[in-house]
Amino acid sequence: MTMHTLSVLVENKPGVLARVSGLFSRRGFNIDSLAVGETENPDVSRITIVVNADSSPLEQVTKQLNKLVNVLKIVELDPQVSVARELLLVKVRADRSARSQVLETVNLFRARVVDVAPDTLTIEATGTPDKLDALLRDLESFGIKEMVQSGLVAIGRGSRSITAGPALRAA
Amino acid sequence: MTRPTPETLAHTARRARAAADPTLDVDQAAARTATPAVRPTTAAQVSGASSLVRSLEALDVDVVFGIPGGAILPAYDPLYDSTVRHILVRHEQGAGHAATGYAQATGKVGVCIATSGPGATNLVTPIADAYMDSVAMVAITGQVARPSIGTDAFQEADIQGITLPITKHNFLVQNAEEIPRVLAEAFHLASSGRPGPVLVDIPKDVLQAQTTFTWPPTLDLPGYRPTLHPHGKQIREAARLMAIARRPVLYVGGGVLKAGATEGLLRLAEQTGIPVVTTLMALGAFPDSHQQHLGMPGMHGTVAAVYGLQKADLIVALGARFDDRVTGKLDSFAPDAAVVHADIDPAEIGKNRHVDVPIVGDAKHVIDELIAAVTVERSAGHTADLGDWWTQLDDLRNRYPLGYDEPADGTLSPQYVIKRLGEIVGSDAIFVAGVGQHQMWASQFISYEKPNTWLNSGGLGTMGYAVPAAMGAKVGKPDTVVWAVDGDGCFQMTNQELATCALEGIPVKIAVINNGNLGMVRQWQTLFYNERYSNTELGTHKHRIPDFVKLAEALGCVGLRCENAADVDKTIAAAMEINDAPVVIDFVVGKDAMVWPMVAAGTSNDEIMFARGVRPVFDEDDI
Repeated sequence: MTMHTLSVLVENKPGVLARVSGLFSRRGFNIDSLAVGETENPDVSRITIVVNADSSPLEQVTKQLNKLVNVLKIVELDPQVSVARELLLVKVRADRSARSQVLETVNLFRARVVDVAPDTLTIEATGTPDKLDALLRDLESFGIKEMVQSGLVAIGRGSRSITAGPALRAA
Repeated sequence: MTRPTPETLAHTARRARAAADPTLDVDQAAARTATPAVRPTTAAQVSGASSLVRSLEALDVDVVFGIPGGAILPAYDPLYDSTVRHILVRHEQGAGHAATGYAQATGKVGVCIATSGPGATNLVTPIADAYMDSVAMVAITGQVARPSIGTDAFQEADIQGITLPITKHNFLVQNAEEIPRVLAEAFHLASSGRPGPVLVDIPKDVLQAQTTFTWPPTLDLPGYRPTLHPHGKQIREAARLMAIARRPVLYVGGGVLKAGATEGLLRLAEQTGIPVVTTLMALGAFPDSHQQHLGMPGMHGTVAAVYGLQKADLIVALGARFDDRVTGKLDSFAPDAAVVHADIDPAEIGKNRHVDVPIVGDAKHVIDELIAAVTVERSAGHTADLGDWWTQLDDLRNRYPLGYDEPADGTLSPQYVIKRLGEIVGSDAIFVAGVGQHQMWASQFISYEKPNTWLNSGGLGTMGYAVPAAMGAKVGKPDTVVWAVDGDGCFQMTNQELATCALEGIPVKIAVINNGNLGMVRQWQTLFYNERYSNTELGTHKHRIPDFVKLAEALGCVGLRCENAADVDKTIAAAMEINDAPVVIDFVVGKDAMVWPMVAAGTSNDEIMFARGVRPVFDEDDI
């Protein structure tokens, strides 16, 4: 099985996310990551779904997604020609003795400190899932008190826009 | 020639009164006289409820099936004076199946109405049924008022959430202005592309709000574009394969009936000489009596149809979906066949079986274009000789025809009853079956010659479908004889709708094939559970509880009983004489009859049993 990143353009209406996510679970797929937000057109939302599946069942679930009346378009993003990022906020134990070492790691990963407390630092980082995993591995030795991660968002490289491209839906 | 009942007379009188009464509100008068769906109306101030009813009128709805209740109550006030006939059913499940029966018999959209909470949840089974069998149905439900939504209010149920996986689409109407547009979208979605049920949930305060009504509304469905016309290249490739295949089969599903493509199918079949199998959902799409018809494939299909698909080198699937009841064990289904799969729903193509030539399109267009492409192939001299194939299939047909043994215990044979029913009633009638042994026998022993004369619950297998669906079919086709073939188990699930039929003047005829048991389950217990008959005896034989004749009479129907072969013809004839009331015949039949042939669940079609312990002799060298 391989990871696939789907960009799903949907009508920005109540309940659409439930229709999309419900379809995945109903057809026996686990969603690894999901992110949703408005697009440049306020009537359209974009859902980025990362799913671990073989290509043939994935094709079936894509076709089923296309049947949802509120789904406008589905594009699978090729990792070679797209940019994918996650956002990570992590609260790390960092008292006086460890603080400089933590800051070194933060700088190494081009992350940022967004909150300081006497014994912790809260760090913000964006990047590919691999980069954030590496950062977390490094920070683990200091002690992670709390962390939160966004779903992956991704966009194709180059000047072409998926909102302008040809529709992939068949029905 | 229906006997007028108090209810039908009252409806007629109400309509006449409304038409003559100049004091009626202007909107209602305008709605009655407006030509539906064509003439645009100017904006008029109305209630949301009135907007709903006027939308139904503008959509040419002539009948709805339903039950009022608190949340939907505002809609019933304008409905009282509407040209739309409302048939008051006894249970919302009856309303749903009636809408389905109406839709399947007429090709129009069937409409049912229920209130919030339990009214809506009672529609869940018929909605799921319509979803599985791709029936154009619109279900309208009342919902608690907007401020109460999400508070566990009295009779609140999240019917939009509940029906998410069993509707083609559903709506929760958030303000009254949306009503005409949402109704128009619901009807469009339900009836176009691959048909299916659409639910419209309307909160009570939205029905009560003041709004404007204008027609026609502009549809706003940017994500909905069904593909109707197939790709020319794929059609040509299909035609090329059809011209060279030595063992081809046309595998016809319900999509052909829904597309109204039966005339084209007949031409395509006769043009190519290719054998035809029609699935349970497609009976009547191709005349049963036609020489090229091998019968129904699948679990209880004919030996010729099952082997035809199994040994084919080319399967041309038209509006069929390779259901597990047809394919048997999927891994071993038709191992040598190339597959052309034409369907209006792209998600069906390749879902179960690998496809060599995918064709997305409406079956009517697909078949018309296939005829043209096959004509080109034939004029280029490309035709295969199907003589050997037909010799093998004819041999199978002759050796393994559909048949049955008379019960050894001298009881009445259910197959005989159903066979005679088909012969006496003829192929102009509509037959509606429940689910179980009687359904399979009705599919096997009645000859279907015309489209939309066989209605049943194929995908969901809903016991209790027959009586209300027959009611809906009879309402849609009042001049056609409508027979329900039901089992004693099924009949006890929904027979309350016979009261509706009696009062509303809907003279359906019901043949209860009463074997005193849940027959199909009992058959499986006989074959697979060492004859341990756990909870399958219903007592309709042993205790005659209920007595179906008395029950029929209590429900305002004529009740007849037949217990031996000698009386079958005259009992059916007696029922055929009665046209002013519903008729129920209690056919008391033997409990041991079984449905054959049979491919046991989960086994390969190669394992088909012609009768108990009898496997067809089918030498591999023959083919």
